[in-house]
Amino acid sequence: MSGIMGFAIVLAALLLGAYVFRVAGQAVTKNAPTFRDMGFGVAFGYVLGAAILVWAIWYYFQPKVLETGVPNAGVVFFRWAVQGFIIAAVAAFLFRLLGRHVGTAGTRKLFRSMPLTASFGILVILIYAFVAVFAGAIAPYGQAEILGAANVVAGGDPALGGNPEYPLGTDQIGRDILSRLIFGAQNTVGIAFVTTCLAFFIGGSLGFLAATLQGWLDQLLSRGVDVLMAIPSLIFALLLMTIASVWANKLGIPLTIFMVLIIALIDSTRVYRLARAVGQSIVVMDYIEAAKLRGEGLGYLVFKEILPNAMAPLLAEFGLRFCFVFLMIAALSFLGVGIQPPLADWGTMVRDLAPFINFAAFAPTAAVAPLLAAGAIALLTVGVNFVVDWMLHKTSGLKE
Amino acid sequence: MSNLLTIKGLKIEGRSDETWTPIINGVDLELKKGEVLGLIGESGAGKSTIGLAAMGYTRDGVRISDGSVEFDGVDLVNASAALKRGLLGKRIAYVAQSAAASFNPAHKLIDQHTEGPVQHGVSSRSNSMEDGVELYRKLRLPNPDEIGFRYPHQVSGGQLQRAMTAMAMSCRPDLIIFDEPTTALDVTTQIEVLASIRQIVEEFDTAAIYITHDLAVVAQMADKIKVLLRGDEVEESDTRTMLSAPKEDYTKSLWAVREFKRPEKEAVPDGAVPVVSVRGVTAAYGTADVLHDVSFDIHAGRTVAVVGESGSGKSTTARCITGLLPPRKGEISFDGQVLPLDYRKRTKDQLRQAQMIYQMADTALNPRKTIGQIIGRPVEFYGGLKGTQRRERVNELLDQIELEPSQYYNRLPSELSGGQKQRVGIARALAAEPKFIICDEVTSALDQLVAEGILRLLADLQDKLGLSYMFITHDLATVKSIADEVVVMKDGIVVEQGPKTEMFSPPHHAYTDLLLSSVPEMDPDWLNDLLKERGVDNIGDAAVDKM
Amino acid sequence: MVTLFVVSIVIFVAVNLLPGDFAEAILGQGATPESVAKIREDLGLDQGMIVRYFQWFGGMVTLDLGTSFAQLNFANSLGGAGTVTVADQIAPRLANTMFLATVTACIAVPLAVTLGILAALYRNTAFDRAANIFTLSSISSPEFFMAYVLILFLAVLNPIFPSLSNIFDGMPFSERLEKSMLPALTLTLVVTAHMMRMTRAAIINLLASPYIEMARLKGLSPMRVIVKHALPNALAPIINVIALNLAYLITGVVVVEVVFVYPGIGQLFVDSVKIRDIPVVQACCLIFAAAYILLNLTADILSILSNPRLRHPK
Repeated sequence: MSGIMGFAIVLAALLLGAYVFRVAGQAVTKNAPTFRDMGFGVAFGYVLGAAILVWAIWYYFQPKVLETGVPNAGVVFFRWAVQGFIIAAVAAFLFRLLGRHVGTAGTRKLFRSMPLTASFGILVILIYAFVAVFAGAIAPYGQAEILGAANVVAGGDPALGGNPEYPLGTDQIGRDILSRLIFGAQNTVGIAFVTTCLAFFIGGSLGFLAATLQGWLDQLLSRGVDVLMAIPSLIFALLLMTIASVWANKLGIPLTIFMVLIIALIDSTRVYRLARAVGQSIVVMDYIEAAKLRGEGLGYLVFKEILPNAMAPLLAEFGLRFCFVFLMIAALSFLGVGIQPPLADWGTMVRDLAPFINFAAFAPTAAVAPLLAAGAIALLTVGVNFVVDWMLHKTSGLKE
Repeated sequence: MSNLLTIKGLKIEGRSDETWTPIINGVDLELKKGEVLGLIGESGAGKSTIGLAAMGYTRDGVRISDGSVEFDGVDLVNASAALKRGLLGKRIAYVAQSAAASFNPAHKLIDQHTEGPVQHGVSSRSNSMEDGVELYRKLRLPNPDEIGFRYPHQVSGGQLQRAMTAMAMSCRPDLIIFDEPTTALDVTTQIEVLASIRQIVEEFDTAAIYITHDLAVVAQMADKIKVLLRGDEVEESDTRTMLSAPKEDYTKSLWAVREFKRPEKEAVPDGAVPVVSVRGVTAAYGTADVLHDVSFDIHAGRTVAVVGESGSGKSTTARCITGLLPPRKGEISFDGQVLPLDYRKRTKDQLRQAQMIYQMADTALNPRKTIGQIIGRPVEFYGGLKGTQRRERVNELLDQIELEPSQYYNRLPSELSGGQKQRVGIARALAAEPKFIICDEVTSALDQLVAEGILRLLADLQDKLGLSYMFITHDLATVKSIADEVVVMKDGIVVEQGPKTEMFSPPHHAYTDLLLSSVPEMDPDWLNDLLKERGVDNIGDAAVDKM
Repeated sequence: MVTLFVVSIVIFVAVNLLPGDFAEAILGQGATPESVAKIREDLGLDQGMIVRYFQWFGGMVTLDLGTSFAQLNFANSLGGAGTVTVADQIAPRLANTMFLATVTACIAVPLAVTLGILAALYRNTAFDRAANIFTLSSISSPEFFMAYVLILFLAVLNPIFPSLSNIFDGMPFSERLEKSMLPALTLTLVVTAHMMRMTRAAIINLLASPYIEMARLKGLSPMRVIVKHALPNALAPIINVIALNLAYLITGVVVVEVVFVYPGIGQLFVDSVKIRDIPVVQACCLIFAAAYILLNLTADILSILSNPRLRHPK
């Protein structure tokens, strides 16, 4: 009950604040258009935003450890989050600054009109690519190497149960988490990338073929894709994985290969849809008609006339599809039917390390490991999405 | 008498790529009560922007940076949003270019009509409804009692445009802004809308700003005319003075467009084999026939203009000739040889002989290819030229279309102006060294001056290379300037055909007559005379329906 | 409906791609020939594939979903008594999942639509940009990441809601709601972000149309422009967005149920996948697909109903 009362009081205070803010603004600025035409909702928004900001700053400077000696984990996590956010913003800013002054004229121009979110995304993608390629060289230990101590807490502080040799600690059977995270980049990202490429190869070529030829082939493929798309993708993937696991046992082929094929198949339906739609919008153009009337063959039409014009939307779609595939693989691994041990993989790591979260109240660092694995997945998809969002915004022109 | 609207030193900027670039660079304007001002200019002149600024309104990404807009003593630039809302719709109204897009598809016409008066407290809903029906009747809409209860998509374009004029009138405003209200309409429909707009503006003594790019239209509507060029005023004077004695060179050049005429050609000798012969062509999309028994000939070195309004089957005829839409019946022959109906069955040489130039140069050129590649492809494909030979041939073609080869060879279409793109389209057709070219509305998307240049170029090329043209157009001025023979089409049927001189002198077929007489002329009395001659019920759709 | 029929064929055929024989697959290596034969007979595996398909599909239609392999195996070891049908197994789980989805929808739909409209109205302001970053991030994160973050903050650090959703029959509604709160919130976060972005895009698209400009130029108040002119036309796109996201819930529910050990159909599905309990997998798959198709169908019908062009033909 007191919760509701408190909420009502805060709300009333904010409403009053908004009213005062608008009246005061009008008086101080002598009725400048900004305040004169300001709606009450907008004023409320400003006041609410300011209140949240004040609360956040207040909370940030709360002590890290309560008087009872128990760590105030909420504050710790909040500080980490804020610091992480600031570091990300600064890194993105510096990276954009670098991009504006180094490189060819074309890339410099690109960086000039880039929002911070996009430059952050590009930075993240570059770092991941680097880590994935050179995982073997960077990682301090092997991905399946079982070391002496199990359940070492992250942070490297022996007083809190850490060990400086394993900065992010070890898991239940004593594998170094940092190494596994790094190898996870190679496995998870690499497999997702291959899968996406395969999906694009299948879906893209069939889609363009359908758009150019039309007729019965188009009908057949499109109806088939409709049916496959009527089954939710994760569900369908799980169903096929069940079957594949039996085959994998029987044939002795790693399940991971089946997974790549299955996800590529499911995803190629989405790519097909897009490629066909993009292709169709290009096929109706007069320059395609001109080429047809010239007597050009199918290969010339598809590769020389249609494809160059479809690159921009396809590239954006590639980013989105990659995220989707990546998340699907992570989800399958998390559910225990994806990438198989001993390969290190972020989805599996989250599942294995999840129980640590329950100790967060006593040792904030304990919860870091599972969140790092999940966060590593999130960070990459966020980065890719930021870049794609910017690309789509750019190609759609100045619509807003 | 004081001014109703005074605009002084108006400057407007638009945002592109994070910076503000000027659109209007200081325009003055004055309008008295009951006066009609015509704003005229080519695309990008800033006509619509000024029209909206006269209402104190700017679109997203556009701002008034300097100057004042004063309406009846109220400064609209600095007025509060609430004050402006009180004026908009009530004392200043707006009629948009596309009525079909500007009526809300979710509400009935009459509900949208009454919304203004009710919201502004001018009259009650029932009074306003009665008034709406009365206005519909005045604007000669069919079934004025019922038409208001329809949804916008159930009413035709010309009728919607009149309904929108009625809606603008619903509060009896002092000023109406007409933003190209007839541009999207066919000529026979346009004239009806023009007549009703003028009648109602005169009857209620409403001041108006009439925005258009068509000189002949503005001559009928406006008391005075202001000419704009890229955000600057060129000149302003009353309509008759402007038409008889324009001062500035730019204005004169606008007037001169209509003067381009080609000399008469000799008659085709009897027994000559036509380059293209269309015989009894009937074609269908799906099961519905859209062309019925179309026949005509195109002789060597001559231009046949195919004229008609939208939906008359002009473009479908072109698709039949090129083989994109194989006709259901009839045959098409080239130099006396019958062609296969489907383009896929034609030989490379047959395809080469007939080329096409499109209306929208934007969609006709692949945006990812350079000009050199676009023109070079047919050179290589048909002529088999490669390397420097190919390059030389492309340069030759660029010279022919009056574009400097060294400058344009490596450019992309997006770096060219509309007229230049159209020239590249012509060069691509010429590259195949054809005998016959189909020009599908090639000048209708262009400004008048640019269009004239294209027409002259096409005429020169015809004289030099002996080309035959099939010229599809809805614009009779173009027909007058370039055609040798004319084919008039309506609803997929050839209504009348013959040499140009015969077609443009009486006696006409009734439809040809209607089409010809509906084209506005550069004479302020033209509409009056026409109305006097025919009566209000014998123009436009009403006349078409009587046929 | 035709689609659903074809989908059922696809699922059935896919399952029949299994190598060898169900019976062997269930019993594993150590199966005696007699027990294999017994199971084969029980399942009717000695019949042709088409016959089996129609038996199975006929069963589906009459809600007879067959018998779970796991149960069958168990029952066999007891001498063939006391089997539980798939329908019995699924029914309570399905009800639980429906409850979770309903709770989520009740929170997410109004929230997302309101926020989406606000973001569209105040586009390119600080609010819009912050919302953009936030929604993009939450769309990009895997469901289990959101789930664990919520557990961390709302269950471990501030024990507001329980982190395990062990609900059971006969539990009072308020307690059930409380236990379902964290999974529901997780789903809400993900779905709201999607829905809000789509709503925003739909509204912005709409606000750019000439008739909205016309309404403004008629001097109508901003509120009236939105309510009277924008909303009736926005209905169809918004309905589509909602249906699309509710369909998305179906996929999301699987992972979230596993994280919170919520006894819904998603968890049953995953468990069955792990032990290769084919009849249950098949049945769950068909139920998910049916829900998905039904939602899309509903969206189509509703958007036709809200489109004046289709409601009032010429």
